[in-house]
Amino acid sequence: MQVQLIRRKKNLIARFRGELDHHTSEIFRKTVDKELAKNDQVQNLILNMANLTFMDSSGIGAILGRYKQVKARGGRVIICGLKTHNKKILEIGGLLKIIPVCSDESKAIASLD
Amino acid sequence: MNYMMLEVPARSENESFVRVVIAAFAARLDPTLEELNEVKTAVSEAVTNSILHAYEDDRGVIKINAFLNDRQLTIEIYDTGKGIEDIAKAREPLFTSKPELERSGMGFTIMENFMDEVKIESIPGKGTAIKMSKSFGRAVKNNH
Repeated sequence: MQVQLIRRKKNLIARFRGELDHHTSEIFRKTVDKELAKNDQVQNLILNMANLTFMDSSGIGAILGRYKQVKARGGRVIICGLKTHNKKILEIGGLLKIIPVCSDESKAIASLD
Repeated sequence: MNYMMLEVPARSENESFVRVVIAAFAARLDPTLEELNEVKTAVSEAVTNSILHAYEDDRGVIKINAFLNDRQLTIEIYDTGKGIEDIAKAREPLFTSKPELERSGMGFTIMENFMDEVKIESIPGKGTAIKMSKSFGRAVKNNH
């Protein structure tokens, strides 16, 4: 799995490509945490899952961990490009009750303005 | 009945390998993409449990057997790790013995959600066996 990070002012966008499981969740965790530690200006996190082809419960834990960090610095997390299967996993994990979902990245950015 | 057996070292990079093998084996029952994703996820949860909890990232072997019978897929996942002390507790949603590793505690809940039946047999100090099955909506395309 790859996680591409794009910073747009106070928004950090993480674009996933591949499969998010126990093995690869470490990549997501380290990549995002490094950027959050480095940039105090980053407030919000957008998770673009349009190219995420698989997710299991390791994804729930990893997303929740980043959510807590972003919330602690007063920011918001938004998920976009959610496929049916990934949505089901996040729903079971209760994440859709706390994290809003947008259809695509531009809508996610707009909703944060 | 058709069957397959697989044995892999308990290493996290094998999680995706086992998922793909089981998905390829189940493909002859002509499952929908959604059904296939559900099976892959259930397998992923069980294999991750063995790696992370049974062997605690130490060396070990995971054995996976799968059977196709009519429209039903049965998967058995065995480890010889530390076992589960309290199975009822382990099955509870959100229960995790490793919150420090950001584990969600949803592994068994997901297995139960995505498979028709999930059986857990475990002996502390000896190991764990997960047996789960799922029937697919459509008839078998090819019996050969």
